[in-house]
Amino acid sequence: MQRNGPLALIFHTLFLAFILAPLVIVVVVSFTDKGYISMPTDGLSLRWYRAIFEARELTDAFLFSAKLGIAASCCAMVLAIPAALALTRYRFRGRDVLLAFFMSPLMIPQVVLGAAFLRFFNIAGLSGSFFWLMLTHVIVIVPYAMRMVIAAATGMNREIENAGLSLGASPLTVFRRITLPMLMAGIMGGWMLSFIQSFDELTMTIFVATPGTMTLPVAMYNHIAHTIDPLVTSVSAVLIFGTVILTLLLERLVGLEKVLIGRG
Amino acid sequence: MPSLGASRTKHAPWLLSAPALAVFVSMLLTPLVLTGLLSFYAFDSQRGLTDTLTLANYLEVFTDGYYLEIFGRTAAMALLVTLVCIVIGVPETVILSRMQGRWRGIFLLVILAPLLISVVVRTLGWSILLGTQGLINNALIAIGVLDEPLRMLFTFSGMVIALVHVMVPFMVLSVWASIQKLDPQVEQAGLSLGASRATTFVRVILPQLLPGILSGSIIIFSLTASAFAKPALIGGRRLKVAATAAYDEFLSTLNWPLGATIAVVLLVANVVVIAGCNRWVERRFRSVFES
Repeated sequence: MQRNGPLALIFHTLFLAFILAPLVIVVVVSFTDKGYISMPTDGLSLRWYRAIFEARELTDAFLFSAKLGIAASCCAMVLAIPAALALTRYRFRGRDVLLAFFMSPLMIPQVVLGAAFLRFFNIAGLSGSFFWLMLTHVIVIVPYAMRMVIAAATGMNREIENAGLSLGASPLTVFRRITLPMLMAGIMGGWMLSFIQSFDELTMTIFVATPGTMTLPVAMYNHIAHTIDPLVTSVSAVLIFGTVILTLLLERLVGLEKVLIGRG
Repeated sequence: MPSLGASRTKHAPWLLSAPALAVFVSMLLTPLVLTGLLSFYAFDSQRGLTDTLTLANYLEVFTDGYYLEIFGRTAAMALLVTLVCIVIGVPETVILSRMQGRWRGIFLLVILAPLLISVVVRTLGWSILLGTQGLINNALIAIGVLDEPLRMLFTFSGMVIALVHVMVPFMVLSVWASIQKLDPQVEQAGLSLGASRATTFVRVILPQLLPGILSGSIIIFSLTASAFAKPALIGGRRLKVAATAAYDEFLSTLNWPLGATIAVVLLVANVVVIAGCNRWVERRFRSVFES
């Protein structure tokens, strides 16, 4: 392998600066003590972090998004695990079509999904409900959940399951005591990735969110479209810190490359 | 499973997939079909939806200069973002691959982690950087490059810069996948047979990275063509693209059939581009994929 020359290292530094600049600026500005967007030149202040607790619409939206993300990713895993096992363990007619159908939300632009759910809710009279909003998120995140479980199930050693069965364990016991623990890393990785996808979802949700079912990204989008003040930067900084922690966990658990390959 | 009889094996995959399938049919297929139908309804600004079925919405989208401009701008934006991502993403990945193991892992993490950070947050960062009072303008004025602030927010180039920032990790990711399959000995062979470093890169390395570059490009093109948050917040009201136009028809103008038509056109164009490119890439590079 060749070594990198000085030109390559300059390019690399500029590239990293480009990647990090918008995130760093948000974090830096969030420590300002002024009432407008500015660099914290005369000392750091936590003024805008305290202000988060007084902004009811943002804290409510944060809690709502957390609840929605947890419910949607649990529901997505419950649907994805058996389907992923069916797709990896059986060769049956229609398998490829079924897999393509479950992965199709990745190919459909999120505006199109948003428009479709809005029309559906409008006809069926379902808007404003937590449960139905959660199901729209389930549709968006099932491909991520399923792909992680499929990846875990594909690399799994089946001999141990066979051993369990031949030693007299029932199929249910084998599933609970052998299959599930062996898939656990993939399941937890899939759950966390699903949670992040649901928690960050904006484009689809903005079509179907109502004042009673307001998620954090939609509330922040509305806030930024109206005005940019230091309050949104401190909320954003909290989100950046939270995501960094989750990302490091994911990296430890399954490896970030595996999580992100083919995402989109 | 080995203990199950043949008839149960036949039904087992369908039983296991049934819950997910039921949710997908009722919550994905049905809404999409309803939206497809919606695009054929006539719309009257006084009475709203009318019962007559018509092709007028499609006629409007395909002939009205206003919508042609929006789709043209969307395509130009997606193409430009894809090209810039190739130009900066491919060299960066090659540089990464030549680094020492530990640094390589850390830098890869730094480049890929932003993919998981909320798009709203990243957009906010660019709004702050690009504004007339923003960091870039202040810095350029301070060092004397500019006399007065440059308008970057609410411009096409601002939109492209911010979108490249979101999309370029996808290029790194997919080129990274094909770099790992690369045999370093082949590069050595090129060099030892007397080719210059540049020639070796263009003639030996690049062709092997092409499948990765192309699959990254497909992902980036289709994601950019349907991007919403960046165009809405950084492009602004005037620089509409397909996604923001569909949003406006649904939630401001309330002309749902027209919004549905834009959505259908965007969806079909997206599927055609992805499926078409994938098929072409597979046929063109079958030998590469099989090796």
